[in-house]
Amino acid sequence: MKVAVVQFWGSNCDHDAEQWSSRLFGLDTEIAWFRDRDLHGADLVILPGGFSYGDYLRCGAMAARTPVMDAVVEHARKGGLVLGICNGFQVLCEVGLLPGALLRNSGLTFLCQDVHLRCETVDSPFTRSIPENAVLRIPIAHGDGNYFTDAETLKRLKGEDRIAFRYVDPKGEIDPDWNVNGSLDAIAGILSEGRNVLGMMPHPERASEALMGSADGAVILESAIETLETAHA
Amino acid sequence: MKARIHVFLKEGVLDPQGKAVASALKTLGFQEVVSVRQGKFFDIETGPVSKSEAEDRLKAYCTKLLSNPVIENYRVEVVEP
Repeated sequence: MKVAVVQFWGSNCDHDAEQWSSRLFGLDTEIAWFRDRDLHGADLVILPGGFSYGDYLRCGAMAARTPVMDAVVEHARKGGLVLGICNGFQVLCEVGLLPGALLRNSGLTFLCQDVHLRCETVDSPFTRSIPENAVLRIPIAHGDGNYFTDAETLKRLKGEDRIAFRYVDPKGEIDPDWNVNGSLDAIAGILSEGRNVLGMMPHPERASEALMGSADGAVILESAIETLETAHA
Repeated sequence: MKARIHVFLKEGVLDPQGKAVASALKTLGFQEVVSVRQGKFFDIETGPVSKSEAEDRLKAYCTKLLSNPVIENYRVEVVEP
């Protein structure tokens, strides 16, 4: 099982993601440079957080048009697993693997804090090991995390059970006060039509050991590993 | 050719920056301000492009990179052929 973490100019969670995968889970993990045209044979591709290309033009816009993204799109089209975290989520929207866009936070400020997430579906390679109705405490760190899409797409996302995570209060209830960036329908993460691509604004790699204050994020990579092991078995 | 391309948020897309600007204008005493929508423009200079092709080329810049159709509309304008 191989993991590739894509590195763009301006990525800043690339090594966090690489350590998450290699040190914490012992996976064979490589960094893929944005000029690479292949993904080093990876089964799982992680698009890390950060500020690729300084968020110039629109967050994720420049990264979405780099050579490595052609390989990521091809990998995803073939059913390969792709996890986009924070800026990675923005890139996935810009490249069209996920619908919608991430707008400026409704309160305009950069938000760096823990949020509570309710897992809305366990029917995905990234959420299958999450206990039903679990509330995960995972940090966010973004200025553009306000999820937006048109009404028709939102209806489709709901109908196809593709909303992976919502921002909730610590008890797991939807509450506008806890939807800190103003996301449409409190959406924190969504799945692709094939369910093999997950984009999420919160950073699970920053909450995967007790030492980090929360280990709730570990289960997302655990789920992906379980998925790949089952597929390879 | 010289061209100017405007990119602006679609109607109905939340614009927190525009909202903040509107409220700042009001704070400065411009009470008549009702709302502000913030956009951007690009001044672009190119090599020779035939007149018949110009608009299509500029639109292609928008669809390929300059605008995100999920949230934005655009308007292209040839300033100097």
